[in-house]
This record gives sequence, structure tokens and C-alpha cells, in this order.
Amino acid sequence: MSGIWPDIVAHLPLVWQDLGQHIEIVLISVAFGCLVAIPVGIYLTRHVRAAEIVITITGLIQTVPSLALLALALPVLGVGLVPSITALALYALLPILRNTYVGVRGVPAETVDCAKAMGMSGMQALLRVELPMAIPVIVAGVRLSTIYLISWAVLAALIGGGGLGVLILEGLATYDFGLVLAGAVPAAVLAIVAGLLLGWLQRILTPVGIRELAAGGRGA
Amino acid sequence: MPMLQFEHVRKVYKDGTTAVDDLSLEVERGEIAVLIGPSGCGKTTSLRMVNRMIEPSSGAIRLEGRDVTSYDPVQLRRGIGYVVQQIGLFAHMTIAENIEVVPRLLGWSAEKRSQRVSELLDLVGMDPGTYRGRFPHELSGGQQQRIGVLRALAADPELILMDEPFGALDPITREQLQDELKRLQEAVHKTIVFVTHDMDEALRLASRIAVLKQGQLLQYATPAEILRSPADEFVAQFVGRHRLAEREAPQTVREIMNTRPVVLGPGASTEEAFALMQSRQVDTLLVVDAQGSLHGYVSALHLAHRRAVGRKLGEICESDVAVTGPYDDAAAAFNRMDQEHLPYLAVVEDGRLRGIVTRRSMVRALAAAVWGDPQ
Repeated sequence: MSGIWPDIVAHLPLVWQDLGQHIEIVLISVAFGCLVAIPVGIYLTRHVRAAEIVITITGLIQTVPSLALLALALPVLGVGLVPSITALALYALLPILRNTYVGVRGVPAETVDCAKAMGMSGMQALLRVELPMAIPVIVAGVRLSTIYLISWAVLAALIGGGGLGVLILEGLATYDFGLVLAGAVPAAVLAIVAGLLLGWLQRILTPVGIRELAAGGRGA
Repeated sequence: MPMLQFEHVRKVYKDGTTAVDDLSLEVERGEIAVLIGPSGCGKTTSLRMVNRMIEPSSGAIRLEGRDVTSYDPVQLRRGIGYVVQQIGLFAHMTIAENIEVVPRLLGWSAEKRSQRVSELLDLVGMDPGTYRGRFPHELSGGQQQRIGVLRALAADPELILMDEPFGALDPITREQLQDELKRLQEAVHKTIVFVTHDMDEALRLASRIAVLKQGQLLQYATPAEILRSPADEFVAQFVGRHRLAEREAPQTVREIMNTRPVVLGPGASTEEAFALMQSRQVDTLLVVDAQGSLHGYVSALHLAHRRAVGRKLGEICESDVAVTGPYDDAAAAFNRMDQEHLPYLAVVEDGRLRGIVTRRSMVRALAAAVWGDPQ
């Protein structure tokens, strides 16, 4: 194991290319996940009965092994980027959906009631009160999804989705551990960096007034 | 026209429970009306029907004469101030942003909003420079609740609804805020409907108190009147025996007046007048028509001196009767009789004769104070 660096450096042009693709797959999947899960999560806070069913179903998706899900996507969507992103976006749903639901539901009912009693419409109460107060929890869900997807996106290579998985699979096929490391190490680093970055984003997006409260600091 | 009217308002929930049962009451402009009662009595439900957070099952609520259901609920609520316990402040907004909520909804310019925030903070002695940018959690409970009240005042509504606003505060802070609210209300002269379960708070703040039990209005009267003559055993118990015993509140004219003054119609003859004076042993009669309006008085001297024979009382009566209102302070009425050497005061409400206060009424009231009520 004396030479991780030489291995990575040797494959640098490939690493860069696959890393870029990896990030692209993850970003698009998470973006789709957000696009669907956040509105649905908000909708579910207004329909608590449906919430149970929907969250159970997304939970079921989560339990399907990722390899199996990718395999299932194959006959339906073929090979390449599209099925990879579709399968990964499905995985991204649950943490974002659940956190959106929990976050918005966690805003005290009295606070929302007060907003409406003061003359906010349902949409105004949502945008001006509920979402700003739920932001830390929602972003935590996005962060979780992103970190999951960075590792699972490695498998996208199996169905021709590209990404760092390509290096790992090639390395495994040819017993070239240098190549495996050239794929695995950047993926791990990417997960750590993304985790830190989104943690920072979470703090930035949390409204100042509830930062200390959200962090469990001295409260009122 | 009253600021707010409840007309036979009922609220029956889906599960069949009746939260409010045939509630009728009026709140005059500038009054603080306190709704009080044990939990489940319908006081909060009644309050929330005013701004249509809850819709009545039947009956009508009128704001300055207009049925609230004829307004768009969102527009209606922007025109009515609303205060709840401190949880109602928005934790993610600064103090200024919290106060500005309704003006912002109403589309005020940033400059006008900012000016209003400073004006309001000054009103409660909180330095705008220090507090505008702070967040609710940086303030004490009492300060937060002050902001809650200011927020309701921000867009200058005529009517403000308060749902146990001081319930979560310690007793000392609560009293401070009650005093401040009273002062504030005298300064801005708003109409306030205030829900509480604390009788001390009600007695301190209210112009009139509505006592509710299981959705029904048991009594709606001034604090003094409720203390003096609770409508039934429940109200008496709710007010508390110790408070009834104190009787510190001033008596009103209504409570000591004689409700059956000696009167005759304007069409009566002088002979009838003489006969009535003799039988009732009085030397003065009040002349009152069938509708109850007071025309004046005639004394025995009038009847004798003038060439009154054969004329009607309506033609010979004197109209300069000294009058007072039924809700005036009784002690003030007695002082006036003493200083102006008046034998009596006619008690008139809405142009109608309600009773009379004589020197005898005074003696009776004094006796009751010294030896206790004969009842």
C-alpha cells in the first residue's frame, strides 16, 4: 500500500474525468430528489393520513438493495446515465422527504396558527414561517441523501452510468489495485468534503434567530 | 353602533359538543371586554370566531355592524390585532421583523414600517436602537410579550383580540404588563377582547366581564357589578368569596337607586297628581310618558300656586330635572346632591327613566355599608 498517491497520480486524467461525472450524477440525482421530495413532504404535512402510506412506500424503496434497484432499472430504462440517475434519485427521496415532513411538522402548531390569525394566507405562512423554521432539518436530509448517493453512485458504473465506479470495476476486473484505489479514494474524499460543505450550508441557511435553538444552545 | 356584536352565536363541533351556546353580547368602542370561565367554557372559541379562525354554526358576529362572514378571512384578520402567549413570536425573525409582519402583509413601504417599529418600541420604553435587531430568544418573557402586544398594534387596528397573553408569565411581570396594557389602551383607545381564566386579571383590566360556563353566558357586567351582585352561585364561586367580601369596588347608582319612583303621565290632571302625592306621601312627582321618556317634574307648590286647575301635567311640569346615569358612581351622585342641595336625582338611561336616587337611598346604602346588606 506504499503507493496510493503514485497510483492516483498515474491515473489522474481518468480520475478527473470520472470524478466530474460522479459529481454530476450525484448532483442531478439529489436535485431531482429535492424537486420531488420537498414539495411532496410539504404536501404530506397537510395530509397526515397519506403521509404514513407515502413514507412507508419510500421506506420500502430504501430497503431494496441498491444493486438490485440498478438491475431493475436496466430492463425498463436501458443502460447509461438516465437509468442510473433515476435509480439514485429514488434513493435520495426518503431522507429528504422524511426530513421535510418532520421539519415542517415540527414547527409549533401555535406559531402557524398565529401566523394565519394575523392574516397570512396558507402559502405566506408556509414561505415566511414554516419553511424558514424547518430549513435546518430539511438541509440535514439533503446532506444525508448526498452522502449516501456519493457511495451508491459508484454502482452506477455497473449499468454504464459512468463515475468513479468505472475505475473501481476496471481495477477489480484486471486485478489492478492501483486503479481500484484511484476510484475508491476520491469517492471517499468526495463524501467527506460534501458532508462538510453541506454542514456549512446548513448553518448558513438556518435563520440567525433559531441557530442557537437549533444547535441546542442556550434557549429562551 | 357597538364595535363588536355577538348575535345568538352557536358553535357545535362535528363530534356534537356545543362549545358556544346562544352567545349574545356587545362590546362598545374603547372597551376591554374580558371573556372568562373555566377551561372548555367556550371563551377561546368565541374569540376565534371573531377573526374567523373558527366559523360559527349559527348566529352572526358583527364588526362595526358588518357580518364578519362577509369579509375575506385573510383581509379580515389583517385588520384585527391578535395576541397569544409568547410562542406566537416568530423565532426566526428579529423583533423589528416580528412587529412588521402585518404592515408587510399590507404592503407598507420599508420606510413607513421602520418608522412604525421605532414608534411602537418607544411606546413601551424599549430602545429601538437596542432591540430592533434582536431575536425573540434574547429577550425576557415579559419583553417578548410586550413585543407580542406591539405586533398586534402595528397596523393600527380598531379591534384587538388577546388569548391569555400573559398566561405564561410570572405573577410580578404579569401585573406589570397588565398595568402597561391598561395604560396603553387609554393612550391608543382600542377595543380589546381579552380571554383569561384569571379573575384577578379580569377585574384589573375589564370594562366589562363576560362569565362563561359550558358555552353559555352567565353574566356580562362591569367588574363592580359582578363583585356586588354575581348572577348565580357559579359566578359567585368563580369570583371567589374572598373578593366578594372585600367589596372594594365602588357602587354604581343603579345598585342603590329606587327603581319605582312616583310618576304620572303628561296627560294626567292636577287632581290625580294631588291624590297620588297624598297616598304616597311625597311632594314631587316625575312626569313620564308611556314610552318611559322623562318630561319633567311637578311639585305640590306648582299645583297650588299656578293657575293649574284644569290643566294637564305635561303643560305645567318643569323640565330642569337633575339627572344621572345608572352606571355612574354612587358616591359622586351623593356628593352632588349634597353640594347642589338637590332633593333627588332622576336616573336616566338612553332618554328613559330608570329610577330615582333620593336622600333615603343614601341612608339605606350607608346602613348597608355599616350593618351589612339586609338580604
